[in-house]
Amino acid sequence: MVTKLKETDAVVIGMGWTGSILSRELTKAGLNVVGLERGSMRTPREDFTIPQIRDELKYGNRHELFQDTAMETVSLRHTTRDTALPLRRLGSFLPGNNVGGAGSHWNGATWRRLEADYMVRSHYTQKYGAKVIPADMTVQDFGVTYADMEPYYDKFERLCGISGQAGNLRGQKIDGGNPFEGPRSNHYPNKPLARGLSSVLFDDAAKKLGYHPFPQPSANASEAYTNFEGATMGQCVYCGFCERYGCESNAKASPNVNILPVLMPDPRFELRTNAYVKKLNYDRRVKKVTSVTYIDTRTGEEYEQPAGIIILAAYVFNNTLLMLYSGIGTPYDPVTGRGTVGKNYCYQYTGSGVTVFFDDKETNPFMAAGAFGTIMDDFNSDNFDHSGLGFIGGGHISAGLSNGRPIETRQVPPGTPRWGKDWKAATAKYYRRWFTVAGTACNYAYRDNYLDLDPTYKDAIGRPLLRMTFNWKENDYKIGAFLSQKSAEIARAMNPTIMTPPRFRTGDYDSRPYQSTHNTGGTIMGTDPKTSVVNKYLQAWDASNLFIMGASTFPQNQSYNPTGPLGASAYWSANKIVTDYIKNPGPLMHA
Amino acid sequence: MANDESIPRRDFLKGASLTGASVAAAATGLVACSPKAETAASQATPATQDTWLVLTPEEAEFFIAAADTIIPKDELSPSGSECGVPVFIDRQLASAWGGGDRMYRAGPFVKGTPEQGYQLSLTPHQYFVAGVIAANAWCEKTYGKTFDRLDQAKRNEALTAMEKGTAEFDGFESKPFFTALLTINMEGFFADPIYGGNRNKASWRMLGFPGLPAIYADKIDAYRGKRYPVTEPQSIADFS
Repeated sequence: MVTKLKETDAVVIGMGWTGSILSRELTKAGLNVVGLERGSMRTPREDFTIPQIRDELKYGNRHELFQDTAMETVSLRHTTRDTALPLRRLGSFLPGNNVGGAGSHWNGATWRRLEADYMVRSHYTQKYGAKVIPADMTVQDFGVTYADMEPYYDKFERLCGISGQAGNLRGQKIDGGNPFEGPRSNHYPNKPLARGLSSVLFDDAAKKLGYHPFPQPSANASEAYTNFEGATMGQCVYCGFCERYGCESNAKASPNVNILPVLMPDPRFELRTNAYVKKLNYDRRVKKVTSVTYIDTRTGEEYEQPAGIIILAAYVFNNTLLMLYSGIGTPYDPVTGRGTVGKNYCYQYTGSGVTVFFDDKETNPFMAAGAFGTIMDDFNSDNFDHSGLGFIGGGHISAGLSNGRPIETRQVPPGTPRWGKDWKAATAKYYRRWFTVAGTACNYAYRDNYLDLDPTYKDAIGRPLLRMTFNWKENDYKIGAFLSQKSAEIARAMNPTIMTPPRFRTGDYDSRPYQSTHNTGGTIMGTDPKTSVVNKYLQAWDASNLFIMGASTFPQNQSYNPTGPLGASAYWSANKIVTDYIKNPGPLMHA
Repeated sequence: MANDESIPRRDFLKGASLTGASVAAAATGLVACSPKAETAASQATPATQDTWLVLTPEEAEFFIAAADTIIPKDELSPSGSECGVPVFIDRQLASAWGGGDRMYRAGPFVKGTPEQGYQLSLTPHQYFVAGVIAANAWCEKTYGKTFDRLDQAKRNEALTAMEKGTAEFDGFESKPFFTALLTINMEGFFADPIYGGNRNKASWRMLGFPGLPAIYADKIDAYRGKRYPVTEPQSIADFS
């Protein structure tokens, strides 16, 4: 039996970054908002305290804060000819769970997309000719520009107290920042973080080679900070327990620290935890979602929550699954190329570079922040000439160690055995004397990389698993080869005692080793309902009261971590809902 | 299930293995009493015999021998078993994780490509039970003895064959088993001592990992490129 609840103005599905932002903006506009979170409450005071929060086994290896694959997971195959099998444990990516979502256990790398990243198809076509884009590469423009988004990036950076160095202030280039960034209206709210050995060596070597290194923009606060909501952050203590952990010092921006302290006491907001959304109830006739059905995971009881506005702010996978399972929009078909839901699933191509070892220098890897290091963008996006390279896009190259946690973060020189006496000797010698120099690359969309419903495997409540059909493509391998060589060139200039040969990912996509939780696509944004699921305001073309947040709306993935862009687009969409949609509900764009 | 089929065999071995366990415990106990071994690196030795939640005698012998081969005793640290790695493994296999918590366990169970990840129906506990039986059966076939009774050179050889996947277990893959064995040994050696391994923070001392206090805002500049001295690493118990 389903208990039907009283209608509310807006229901928000998922209480990570975007769900928290939308809940805050809509309640401020006077709406009553119900937030539904599948996981439990998480507060820094109760859950992120020492000594327990620095338990590497519990959080790092046993996945305390992540999605429970016993409840739900995805299946994976590499091509449409293969049989997909379920990911029985998390590996390659670690979606969040609980209030705060992945926003509570991320590292804090916070970027603005480059101007060209918003116009991947039109930019490359105009500059290099249409042939530079392979026939089966389905990259698209976002339908918005960097200039549209700039005020919202600025707002998200001020929400989070981002530490960084501006490189382009209103068109004025500033030494030490990223010269390739789009113009920004303000400096970062906080100065850059301190620099460890790897940052300094990389900075020197990159400059010597004529490149433009700059500090990683970071949501780890370099100084105590109070944001415009009145929420306060502590100063980062460089504890080395950032990604996979909650922050004991309240120094890592998270929904739990930067929004929820002001959202939770608001009488217009009601949070329901252990509320696992099963389905959006869609009225095809009027093209609206009338309610959402959710399960109380403690009792198994089902509830139907009617609402005027539905904000779908789950992770990429559940955003796409809920659209497919609820029958909203047309599922994407890789054979005909028609349909949109599930289209343009992308990932991130990490780890193209080298590891360096020093006999005469200590890197103290345990003294680190999450987003901590030095970066260069000289080979990212279209910041360099792609003529004759055989690929488009690129990546940022960085050096820096985010931690020295002993189970996860140990490296030994090439040729060392993985166990036994020699392994021990090398581990004892080099644990404190290494770092990597590596490129992190974009991943562009292809016709046959997509998401749909698995025909065989079901989740704990009987819905099909989301099926991922995905593999790396020639464009990725070529970027990898290129970035690994450039990384090696910079690393060599640091005169390491030992350097690994340049390496990059080859072969099929591997679901086992951690790579990044930067999955994107499935409900992509655009200006044409034939090729996108949501319009440029993140409103679903097929349901005018449904807005979809987050990285599932990215038509393809840039090299950068997605949090900055998705935080900005959440504020952009919220602004449009508050200023236009509430007064005049209906489609905000017409096809 | 491999688990059920193994019961008669393990019962048969019980008597013999118990003797082995006592001998091993007595031997490590001697190290603890030796004044010469009273260095920081050797204090990890248990004062009393290890006891088991779920490991059978045969399994305990296997994990002790494997831990001491993967993490041999030397001037850098006590051996894996002296550091409590088999105790860690026992507790982990008895934990919710060992019972398959947070693991997707719906069928059908189909063999996939390695990149598709683990696809067996076994929980971690069941997997290690089956793996130890298969590894010992292969050792008996190859060397005439179970793994724990091999000398050090032969143990190294046997683990190397499993690591390479050239050890042909009967109906069970040796290479993924070795990877799982290596992983759980590393977890036991390097995790917080609260879980039963890494006794006396032996691995943290070996690495120079300071542990939990971790307030370095004023130390990044001061120690850039230089050794940060760690006299006594701090674990969860030190804060409790």
